[in-house]
Amino acid sequence: MINKSLKQLGAMLQGKEISSVELTQEFLNRIDRLNPAINAFITLDKDRTLAQAKRADEMLSAGKGTALTGLPIGQKDIFVAKGWRTTCGSKMLETFIGPYDADIIERFDASGAVNLGKTNMDEFAMGSSNETSYFGKVQNPWDRSRVPGGSSGGSAAAVAARLCAAATGTDTGGSIRQPASLCGLSGLKPTYGLASRFGMIAFASSLDQSGPMAKSCEDMALMMNVITGFDKRDSTSLNREKEDYTRDLNKPLAGLKVGLPKEYFAEGLGADVAKVVQEAIAEYKKLGAEMVDISLPNTQLSIPVYYVLAPAEASSNLSRFDGVRYGHRAKEYGDLMDMYCKSRAEGFGAEVKRRILIGTYVLSAGYYDAYYLKAQQIRRLIAQDFENAFKQCDIIMGPTAPSTAFKTGETADDPVAMYLQDIYTIAVNLAGLPGMSIPAGFAPSEDGKRLPVGLQIIGNYFDEARMLNAGHAYQQATDWHTQMPEGIE
Amino acid sequence: MEWEVVIGLETHTQLQTKTKIFSGASTAFGSEPNTQACVVSLALPGVLPVLNQEAVKCAIKFGLAVNAEISPRSVFARKNYFYPDLPKGYQISQYELPVVGKGSMTIQVGSGEKAYEKTIRITRAHLEEDAGKSVHGAQEGMSGIDLNRAGTPLLEIVTEPDMRSAAEAVAYAKKLHDLVQWIGICDGNMQEGSFRCDVNVSVRPKGSEKLGTRREIKNLNSFKFMQQAIEFETRWQIETLEDGGTIQQATVLFNPDTGETRAMRSKEEANDYRYFPDPDLLPLAISESDISAVKAEMPELPEAMKARFEAQFGLAHYDANALTGSRATADYFVATVNAGSDAKLAANWVMGSISAKLNAEDKEISESPISSIALASLIKRIQDGTISNNAAKQVFEAMWTGEGDADQIIESKGLRQVSDTGAIEAIVDEVLAANALMVEEFKAGKEKAFNALVGQAMKASKGKANPAQVNEILKKKLGA
Repeated sequence: MINKSLKQLGAMLQGKEISSVELTQEFLNRIDRLNPAINAFITLDKDRTLAQAKRADEMLSAGKGTALTGLPIGQKDIFVAKGWRTTCGSKMLETFIGPYDADIIERFDASGAVNLGKTNMDEFAMGSSNETSYFGKVQNPWDRSRVPGGSSGGSAAAVAARLCAAATGTDTGGSIRQPASLCGLSGLKPTYGLASRFGMIAFASSLDQSGPMAKSCEDMALMMNVITGFDKRDSTSLNREKEDYTRDLNKPLAGLKVGLPKEYFAEGLGADVAKVVQEAIAEYKKLGAEMVDISLPNTQLSIPVYYVLAPAEASSNLSRFDGVRYGHRAKEYGDLMDMYCKSRAEGFGAEVKRRILIGTYVLSAGYYDAYYLKAQQIRRLIAQDFENAFKQCDIIMGPTAPSTAFKTGETADDPVAMYLQDIYTIAVNLAGLPGMSIPAGFAPSEDGKRLPVGLQIIGNYFDEARMLNAGHAYQQATDWHTQMPEGIE
Repeated sequence: MEWEVVIGLETHTQLQTKTKIFSGASTAFGSEPNTQACVVSLALPGVLPVLNQEAVKCAIKFGLAVNAEISPRSVFARKNYFYPDLPKGYQISQYELPVVGKGSMTIQVGSGEKAYEKTIRITRAHLEEDAGKSVHGAQEGMSGIDLNRAGTPLLEIVTEPDMRSAAEAVAYAKKLHDLVQWIGICDGNMQEGSFRCDVNVSVRPKGSEKLGTRREIKNLNSFKFMQQAIEFETRWQIETLEDGGTIQQATVLFNPDTGETRAMRSKEEANDYRYFPDPDLLPLAISESDISAVKAEMPELPEAMKARFEAQFGLAHYDANALTGSRATADYFVATVNAGSDAKLAANWVMGSISAKLNAEDKEISESPISSIALASLIKRIQDGTISNNAAKQVFEAMWTGEGDADQIIESKGLRQVSDTGAIEAIVDEVLAANALMVEEFKAGKEKAFNALVGQAMKASKGKANPAQVNEILKKKLGA
């Protein structure tokens, strides 16, 4: 049962084959057993969770169930949830209890879904390995000595280890897609503005977007129907008509024009990953898609641009964590300045401090034009690259990450190596486009483990339904997405 | 050497919106600390700003009132600094692209013959949020934070360095104070901090084109203090330069107790605010139709009303100016006229007796014990000859102290003017009979004797005789 999709479990709930309380308890039992090692969840609150499951059963009995009613979902600990401890993976918020619900939490609540717990993440979503969490590293269920990716590493590991039916993530530079790739899941970052950022603790406001992490594209479509929608509490939320993301799932792919950016298959891409991605492309050709060679000439600039803009916004977004009103405050301090310095020095980890320093630097008088302004200009060029590309194709495909999951600790002393994990995903955030990763196969590790490889699918603005269609068709023809890691029974 | 002072103002006007600029929390003044601090005011993790469109309307109104450019696209920026009353660690303001661009305002400086007009250029006006307040001393050894004010909308109005004396600066500030209340965007309450001025002062040798180094006097919340502060600061700068010293750019505070300005520690100014566009807010777009909609709601502006008073009522420029000094005064005047009063008489009474009484009792015109309608009823009795001007003054005094309406007082005090020709003739006859000597003198060519006889007749009537009629009848009787 643990390998069933949201769709299948939902049908069982609707058909009264199982109750939400039973299903939820099953996952809670698995968490009890497996989470101490995997560490995918930071906070569990079984009473709250089971109360929600009970409410879901009542909704189902009353015939008021929706597609997600009664389904246990892991919520990334970046979303503020009323009554739940919300840490964002940081010591700074170790004891912070959410006094209100994020938009996404409200939406899942309204759908009748069950909040199974708060999943682990890189501190303030800064990282690609989930090693920067104050609450400890997360194991990749496919190889426990490897990272699950990040920053939504807890959500990815939780779904991969079948500790929940699906989970939410957030993606600022690849934080949904890269862990989905490394953990063998489907993950989607929507068009910027489709999902409200209200209640999502900000990392880089102009790039942050929440999205689903699930076992299949069909499940992601169901979750997208819940996650997206206008929210007047977020000024960057787009006021568009609600869409049904399941509507195009079963369209034939014949004639679909798939762009293959030459920059995504150039130096830096691991040969093992390239091989799997090429096989996936071959499968798409069988499904009737046409391949078109395209170019995204400014791809190489996306990392430096991102590491100017994201830290700049972060340095300002994280100023509110000052020890004055909530969050960590140093026990002993002299004057006000001392309180700020000690509280922040103690409350933030090394990667967060590094990015605050970079961000503060690039916004400083005398450096602003050379860094921040220049980066904004290049950001427009990167968006233009995609605009030109989409004149020649319907969707773009390529690898999600340059490598499979790396060993824990491998990039600890080399932040730039970790930053390069996001080379294929970051440009999508900079352009505000939707991007998705789906399992495309496995590459063997040197010690013979099967490590998942993700295929990235990038769509034009608001083209999520088409992307999910492309993903679903592939998942009908292949079974990579249904495979489970060993040792999680 | 002769020196010239150069002054520019930055004024923070608190906008009269019900809710804060980026959240739905109330902006009411004087509530218990932190009772108006919602999740956004508190800057909890995950909250986001949403622009209050009422604040934008206020900015457009101001732009229209000073004939300024209203930007079709302006940008909110973050001003980053740490302070406990600044919950986000940044203030949302506008930096490179403000909502209101270049405009101007004409002020009248001085009074009487020395009065002159001057146009002050407005550089810009931008929207921003206010900070909270630090409360010291409420608890031993602790400082408290009250975030009720955090997020209150402000319009910061910046001028060019166009003023050349404390008097000009104060005249500008007063005019601006009147204007923002006139167009209904600010309550003008200076005690509560709704209208706060920062004054940039520098001096230079007269005739020099180059600006001197300025010092900024922060947070002046009364016109009197502004006058004193600028005068002190100007003297201090001139003396410093004449003693061979130099002026360092600085922020200074005015101490009303000593009447002196003093520089704040320079450490507090060494901030690099790291302004950048706020990614949580879209650029503010204002269309022509947005502007037209606000225009339709705009009251008649003081300049237009002044011109109308001159044309419609034949008022002198100075009078029209005084009557349009504040919206309340203008409204009072117009209501008096609408209630049937002659406009020129109404103007004289409003600027004369009413204004003098209000000044003496430190009252606003809205607090006048004599309403515009009551004043009109008094003026109508002058117009129809029921009472003389002198009697009207007595009636006015009694009305001010609440003795009743004009007609009641005229009756109870017996102030009705005698205009009955027969009665006046009888009095004149008596006076002529009793003052034969004066009549003689008059006939001998002594003109003054005539005035003395008028006086006697008025006295005999206890002041109630219509003086014009007394004159006329006397002239007839004396064959003059």
